[in-house]
Amino acid sequence: MRLTRKISARLSAHRRSRFAGPAVLLVALLTTGGLYVALSPASAEKTADSTSEIAKGKALFLVGCASCHGKNGEGILTERGNQYGPSLAGVGAAAVDFQVGTGRMPMAQPGSQALRKRVVYTQDEIDALGAFVASLAPGPSVPAADEYEAKTDDPEAVSRGGEFFRTNCTACHNFAGSGGALPQGKFAPSLVGVSEKHLFEAMLTGPQQMPVFSNEVLSPQDKQDIISYLKKNEDTPSYGGFTLGSIGPVAEGMFAWLTLAVVVGAGIWITSQTARSKKTKKGDVA
Amino acid sequence: MSATASTNGTSPAARKKANPAGAVATWADERLGLATATKKQIRKVFPDHWSFMLGEIALWSFVVLLLTGVFLTLWFKPSMGEVVYNGSYDQLRGIEMSEAYASTLHISFDVRGGLLMRQMHHWAAMLFIAAMLVHLMRVFLTGAFRKPRELNWLIGGLLLLLGILEGFAGYSLPDDLLSGTGLRIADGLVKATPVLGSYMSFFMFGGEFPGDVIIPRLYIAHVLLIPGLLIALIGAHMLLLVFHKHTQWPGPGRTEQNVVGYPMMPVYAAKAGGFFFIVFGVIALMGGLMTINPVWRFGPYNPAEVTAGSQPDWYMGIAEGLLRIMPGWETHIFGITISWNVFLPGQIAPIALLGVVLAYPFIEQWVTGDKREHHLLQRPRNAPTRTAFLAAMISLYGLLWAAGGNDIIATTFKLNLNHITYFMRAAIFVIPPLVFILAKRWCISLQRHDNDVLLHGYETGIIMRDAEGGYSERHLPISEDRAYTLTARQRDVVYTGANGTDANGVSAPKARLDRLRAKASHAWFADNVQKPTAEKLEEGHHHAELEHDHQAPLEGHAADGHQFDGHHDVDGETLRH
Repeated sequence: MRLTRKISARLSAHRRSRFAGPAVLLVALLTTGGLYVALSPASAEKTADSTSEIAKGKALFLVGCASCHGKNGEGILTERGNQYGPSLAGVGAAAVDFQVGTGRMPMAQPGSQALRKRVVYTQDEIDALGAFVASLAPGPSVPAADEYEAKTDDPEAVSRGGEFFRTNCTACHNFAGSGGALPQGKFAPSLVGVSEKHLFEAMLTGPQQMPVFSNEVLSPQDKQDIISYLKKNEDTPSYGGFTLGSIGPVAEGMFAWLTLAVVVGAGIWITSQTARSKKTKKGDVA
Repeated sequence: MSATASTNGTSPAARKKANPAGAVATWADERLGLATATKKQIRKVFPDHWSFMLGEIALWSFVVLLLTGVFLTLWFKPSMGEVVYNGSYDQLRGIEMSEAYASTLHISFDVRGGLLMRQMHHWAAMLFIAAMLVHLMRVFLTGAFRKPRELNWLIGGLLLLLGILEGFAGYSLPDDLLSGTGLRIADGLVKATPVLGSYMSFFMFGGEFPGDVIIPRLYIAHVLLIPGLLIALIGAHMLLLVFHKHTQWPGPGRTEQNVVGYPMMPVYAAKAGGFFFIVFGVIALMGGLMTINPVWRFGPYNPAEVTAGSQPDWYMGIAEGLLRIMPGWETHIFGITISWNVFLPGQIAPIALLGVVLAYPFIEQWVTGDKREHHLLQRPRNAPTRTAFLAAMISLYGLLWAAGGNDIIATTFKLNLNHITYFMRAAIFVIPPLVFILAKRWCISLQRHDNDVLLHGYETGIIMRDAEGGYSERHLPISEDRAYTLTARQRDVVYTGANGTDANGVSAPKARLDRLRAKASHAWFADNVQKPTAEKLEEGHHHAELEHDHQAPLEGHAADGHQFDGHHDVDGETLRH
């Protein structure tokens, strides 16, 4: 106590010195900078990756990606100034892992949205591509397994994830994650059967039309809870019978009318029955 | 075929053994006088035709609704009080929600058979309104709304409206995310009323949306007010049906004065009772096999949340479609915003639609000036304008319905959501008129075909070669019964209007209205094909006889074609089927 009082007294004595302002500024800058280095989602660590991995990634990139994204991932503009392929500086390895790992990249053809399809690269190749893209500029790195693995046995995580899901995701992806339509031919894809890692990366990097849910918006814990909720739903049986696609009342209406046709058919059958009590063969004389 | 008395005995047959059921009936009859009271009714005759069963589907669905609904009220708590869920469904445990939603989850997961009852209730509601709608279409197409049944038509229209309101109230009760979104739209519709909107909304929700009174209010409407009205109106509908007697299709022995069919007891009671069990069984299968409104997936309502695929149940689909394709027009005047984008599709359009539906019998009656009673039905082709009008309305309904599900269509068929919207905006004005013209011409050509069949007989499919080597198809006269049925319709009279001015050159009162009526009558009936006159028919028969004589040398020959005319017995003829 005495010591702190002593120090504060001495500091207080110099508080009007002309060096006080710059000194405080220096301390503040050092603290925030140091904290940032210590706490930021460090892609910097990844730069320690062997240069050979980056070189391998660059070789793959030049073959498979450069035609749209440019030889250095700088992006290519069309003559009209639209994006032909966007710049990849700062998208990070996580974006590459998602886009290439779900088959969305490389695109088969330009369209309103990259479609999910067969994955054409091995995981090693995807990692190398990711290393190359991450080397362009710092960006989110591929999450570790313990960050994204679903905790379906933790009821609190599941119900908390459900709240986050309904608040942030259902507006586009539908209540059951079945997907939904967006303007101009775009759409939010189904989330059913998407791997936990890709779910996490999608939230982190915001692919296609999706907004970025950075770790400042939805903490890694929140993301993991959402994944836990989705995976819990996949593990839960469909209590009501066939789900009819879990797309809401439109499908239900269609089945109601189909069933009405069945009931009308029953009505046709009933009215075609005569009042006879016994079945008689054709030609029998009663 | 039927079991009839096989003796000529003079004393009535008596039962040998005493029947216990008979004893009970006698006991009751001696005290209640049921036999006298019901004697007439149990002999009531109902004609048999599949199209008369459509309303019955609605009736039996309503019975299922009552039965399952009573079950649900035993556990449902119509309260918006906040509770923490602690039931069996893991994904929502520990979440705050209204008591209404919590008790719906309780019914779904913790009450034995609760989910089955919930799903049956909801499926029965979907079927109830669908059956009412197809019943309405049947009555419309066959002209069964004509005098003396106009009031029953009005009652039916009100039943449909009440059914839809009842369905919407039920949709809102569970207080899940979808319910709340639906209520939010209802709130928007109310608020779109010029000047009064916000006051009406505050009155409805007891303050700002969503408040805490709307669920209890809707609950009373859903379980007491509207069902009470529905039961009363269904009762009136059925009483009028018994009073008017059922309509029937024309045919030999069927006139405007009689009804040909089976008596209520035992035949029709057995058929109707059996049909109830079929409807019940189908609904039970639906409830057991197909998920409807999985409230547990939607989560509790929270005004800050919404889900893709938020749609109303199918019967509100056209209102949804109207809202979705309406351009965002608004007018600002004297500091007030008039939201045409919600007011027109949400309030004006449904009222206009209902008005047209309810008023149609009276409009048609005004045009025809026909005040006679009609108990024989019209074939849809014999009222081409009316049939075409319904076809156009169905196409409009279908388009708006599809517009209400434009997002589902976009994702399912990989289409552009905006393109669907633009298409629908034009299509609702272009396609119904085209459908009208097509359906009307189609009906008229079917009428022509009927006349051809009456005058020249039916096409046998037998190709005859005459002496000169020319080919012709053999036509043979249709049966008497069929000819009677085809001609059992009245000729349409095109109203040409009263003489505009009297001898002194003074316009007749209401001359303009009269001219309008004449124009409408012309549009309605001028293109119709009328049944052939008696002379024409005679001429046709004469012609057929001449032809018959002409073919006489071929009589008995395997290729004479007579085996198909229904008047000749031919043994071992393989061509005949």
